[in-house]
Amino acid sequence: MNAFMKLIFTSDFFYSIFRVTTPLLFASMGAVLSDVAGVPNIALEGMMLIAAFAGMYFSYVFNSALMGLLFAVLFAVAAAAVMAFFTLYYKTNIILGGIAINSLASGGTIFFLYLVAHDKGTSVSLASKVLPNINIPLIGDIPILGPVISGHNVLTYVAVLAVLFTWYLLKKTPLGYHLRAVGEKKEAADSVGISVIKTQTIALLLSGLMCGFGGAFMSMGYVSWFSRDMISGRGWIALAAEAMGMQHPLGTAATSLLFGVADALSNAVATLGWPSDLVKTIPYCATLAGLAIFSIRAYRKNKNA
Amino acid sequence: MENYLLEMKDIAKIYGNGIVANEAVNFNLKKGEVHALVGENGAGKSTLMKILFGMEAPSSGTVTLKGEPVRFSSSKDAIAHGIGMVHQHFMLVESFTAAQNIILGMEPKKGFSVNEEEAVRFTEEISKKYNLEVDARAVTRTLPVGIKQKIEILKALARGAEILILDEPTAVLTPQETDQLFEELTNLKQQGHTIVFISHKIPEIKKISDRITVMRAGKTVGCRNTEDVTEKEISSMIMGCEMDTTIIRTPCKRGDVGIAVDKVSYIDKNGVQALKDFSFSVRQGMVFGIAGVQGNGQVELIDLMTKKRGLKNGDIRLNGESVKKMSIQDIRKMQFGYVPEDRIEQGIAGHESIEENMISNRYSTKEFCNKILLNYKKIAEFAKKNIESYEIRCSGGKHLVGMLSGGNMQKVVVARECSHEPKVLIAEQPTRGVDVGAAHIIHKKIMELRDEGCAVLLVSADLSEVLKLSDVVAVMYEGEIVAFFEETEGLNEEKLGLFMLGLERHDEEQIRRAVQ
Amino acid sequence: MSRERSFNMIRTAVSMLVAILVAFVIILIVSDQPVESIKIFLVMPFSSGSYLGNIVETAVPLIFSGLAMAVMFKANLFNLGGEGIFFIAGAVGSFVAIWPKFPSVLAPLAAIVVGALVGMVVMMVPGGLKAKYGANEMVTSLMMNNILLGVGLYLLNNLLRDPGMASLVSYKYRKKALLANIVPGTRIHAGFLIAVLCAVLVYLFMYKSKWGYEIRMTGNNAKFASYSGINVAKVILIVHMVAGAIAGAGGIIECIGLHKRFEWTALPGYGFDGAMIAMLAGNNPLGVIGAAFFVSYLRIGADLVNRSSDIPTEMIAILQSIIILLISAERFLHKYRQRWIEKGEKK
Repeated sequence: MNAFMKLIFTSDFFYSIFRVTTPLLFASMGAVLSDVAGVPNIALEGMMLIAAFAGMYFSYVFNSALMGLLFAVLFAVAAAAVMAFFTLYYKTNIILGGIAINSLASGGTIFFLYLVAHDKGTSVSLASKVLPNINIPLIGDIPILGPVISGHNVLTYVAVLAVLFTWYLLKKTPLGYHLRAVGEKKEAADSVGISVIKTQTIALLLSGLMCGFGGAFMSMGYVSWFSRDMISGRGWIALAAEAMGMQHPLGTAATSLLFGVADALSNAVATLGWPSDLVKTIPYCATLAGLAIFSIRAYRKNKNA
Repeated sequence: MENYLLEMKDIAKIYGNGIVANEAVNFNLKKGEVHALVGENGAGKSTLMKILFGMEAPSSGTVTLKGEPVRFSSSKDAIAHGIGMVHQHFMLVESFTAAQNIILGMEPKKGFSVNEEEAVRFTEEISKKYNLEVDARAVTRTLPVGIKQKIEILKALARGAEILILDEPTAVLTPQETDQLFEELTNLKQQGHTIVFISHKIPEIKKISDRITVMRAGKTVGCRNTEDVTEKEISSMIMGCEMDTTIIRTPCKRGDVGIAVDKVSYIDKNGVQALKDFSFSVRQGMVFGIAGVQGNGQVELIDLMTKKRGLKNGDIRLNGESVKKMSIQDIRKMQFGYVPEDRIEQGIAGHESIEENMISNRYSTKEFCNKILLNYKKIAEFAKKNIESYEIRCSGGKHLVGMLSGGNMQKVVVARECSHEPKVLIAEQPTRGVDVGAAHIIHKKIMELRDEGCAVLLVSADLSEVLKLSDVVAVMYEGEIVAFFEETEGLNEEKLGLFMLGLERHDEEQIRRAVQ
Repeated sequence: MSRERSFNMIRTAVSMLVAILVAFVIILIVSDQPVESIKIFLVMPFSSGSYLGNIVETAVPLIFSGLAMAVMFKANLFNLGGEGIFFIAGAVGSFVAIWPKFPSVLAPLAAIVVGALVGMVVMMVPGGLKAKYGANEMVTSLMMNNILLGVGLYLLNNLLRDPGMASLVSYKYRKKALLANIVPGTRIHAGFLIAVLCAVLVYLFMYKSKWGYEIRMTGNNAKFASYSGINVAKVILIVHMVAGAIAGAGGIIECIGLHKRFEWTALPGYGFDGAMIAMLAGNNPLGVIGAAFFVSYLRIGADLVNRSSDIPTEMIAILQSIIILLISAERFLHKYRQRWIEKGEKK
């Protein structure tokens, strides 16, 4: 237990919380943006995976991390566009559409990974680039706090901005009003001439944009390579975080952080010699438990009313 | 030829499934009038207005606005041409404030943000201009129906509506609210707006409109100046005399108490007391009619009786057994039938066949099931019998229910709920939105059940239906019984109306007679 | 048969065709010898008994997972937990196949029963949470997949692992616990017969029994079901248990039918396959058999192409996604549908 405590109360551990929460923040904002507009995007996982692959590959091709990021975002948005086209214009069931995109991403990335790297596991043979870490002057020098807040990957800071952006967009801008109106009562939006399909398309594309950043972080920040199914359920954890955050950007960010802690914990205790197979399930157990508690509470509240 | 503001000529609308909703319809508007569009449910009023508002494209015919031929491809188009519509079901975002709803889609901006202050100022300004008072900052969810309607009207006016279509605006209003609405409409008329008022309540039409267009079975019957016609004449124009829909009511043979509602109170999620100390009973062999404007506690009462909501205060007994501890399944095991108000939402499974829909309340009984397997041969026979007896128009028992017309769908529901000799039947708006022929069949079947000794509770906002079928009538207003009539002889819609609107009330002793 | 239904079949056929065409395009772009590769892809799976055998043996787990998903979809539930169930049922069932000394016939039977029970019990977690509290079954089932993978690997590493082997695999199954080969010269095992039997039973369950009726009505319109007196929560739980049992049986049957040891170290990926197969079959249990064969055929074709020309078999995933998107696209071929149905009305 002592060893456990020693492990937890270190700047390294708190630093790692931010690191592992970064992709969750992007994905959960993607979940918020689409769900608010009434188009639950369950393909967050797949879109991030596609972005992770595109980021790795194009940063290698152009020898530039920035180009990698650009293409990561582009591909994730393109995947979102495919999903929007099928679900909104061709009226594919949105859940099945999401399943299709996930399956496409999972198999498709391995397919292309094999074509470019002749490996079905990882891309370590390709010299892809990594996005830079940022040392914040002054703050970085503060003892204890400094090493926790400073020195993160640039996308970690972008993730924080993404939360603020999502909050501002939904709460303050005309587009945010339209997204919320379409999600809550599309007839109302339609009756004042707001195109429901167009608005929902925008929602899905924005969701794809978020996944683009999240995926890019995975292969160009979290680690420096692509490996098969490397998102490992983060898209789904983000969905759970979004449900528990009641679709609110800030609440969702808070629950994402909670799951980030669980993730960081599982990484940290792995060094203690506990059975690693079981330790790896901690984030998923936490999500399952969180979702269960949330549902039970919502059920009780509803019942008593 | 007169100079009309708007003219719709020879409009026809045939839907994809072959249903003819409009045929040879002619409709016109003069500037600055209140024009009533009347007709029974399913007469084609809504379709016509959807065409005018750009929500549906006409199959043929022309629309001329201010002398120019127009063709609206969307409601956005119609709005741009100065047409506004207040739908029967409000098109409001409940979590938004009144101001946010009004400026939705035309938000004033400050930088990238919506200028909330300007939105509120604008709302207050037009609210004052048109004398439609609303609290711009109030969240819509918390507002009463009457205010929501004002927001809807303001929404249309804010978008420059000169022609305002109101779809059955009084159906959800209390009498005070109705009076106020009429004042506001008169005011708008004086400011030069033209109003289309859809309704089937003749006294209201007489009161508010300048001209009347009557529709029946998808066609226009005629257009008159309101002052030139009597209520009787309007009524006969609406009804026509194509079909004999009279129901002969044999004297009522009262049996045991079938339904007993005893001092039931209910407070809903929002803290509103929906039912107050509600008591009545229905004996076997009679139809107990409950009349009332929608939203006066009828839904809550029925939900409590059918266990869709939990009963806490008071007691309800069906066939002498308290439902308090029962589940829906338990109630369904009794001889019990329930025709729900919204057939598509809970009355049917649209993607399944008539046969499958016909047995949903007794699929596990010995009749159709040997504990494990269903007997599809018997089910088919049963469905066939009902299809014939209820004159359900379809290709056979395998026909998907979702592909039937509204009237035939409702017949499937009624057939299911009435064909197992129920001792208790709850019928909630059983003929809403159903064509006259289907309504007649449904009425006949309900009366047959009554004659066989079933206790029937009929809850309806359609007074002619209530008066036609009921042996006794209670009027429901704000969660209470405010009137009880032991016979329907000599009772008419006007008289019921006074009680429904809360203008009159029987004394307590008379109301207590509802418990028989 | 109604025109609506015939149209759906046409749409399914077109989707399958489009998928094969996309496969052509991929092969054309990637392969050095496209014509040869396409020929291999289309024809070679039928060219020998052993390839045909491969199609059948590959179809077995697909049938099970397709059946599990069809039952779920019919109840309008989107649970993708089949993956995890396959894995954990295989792992737990392996205990029965390794140690207890049951006589033949009884031995595989015991393993299958244990696998099915494991699947049933595990599925009750997302099922119970959904039925009682309305928790989103898709998210919970996907979390369960990852958890079950961890638990299964833990069991494999600590209890099942054969220390005598270099790779991470379990002890050998007892010979008597293996499913018998039924077609000499191939690897087709008795599991295929069980799969077909299972499909027939599920068909009877769904379309002839009262529980199937309850499930279908609930899936179609839950409010209607509840109003009619069907206990919707109970139905949701039953559906999960049935689907869990099917997937569990599928998992252990795959292990004792095709392998000699438990050798999965990652989720086998049958959950998503099942979703697509169920859709291809229109959620009809008997159709699942055909759909599973079609997918199996594509797989073997892709496999053979892979051997000769270096095109990764994951090409299949791309085809599968296209099939899902097109089959579930209501407006795909919509214009033709309208005309087709109108023509039918006129007759």
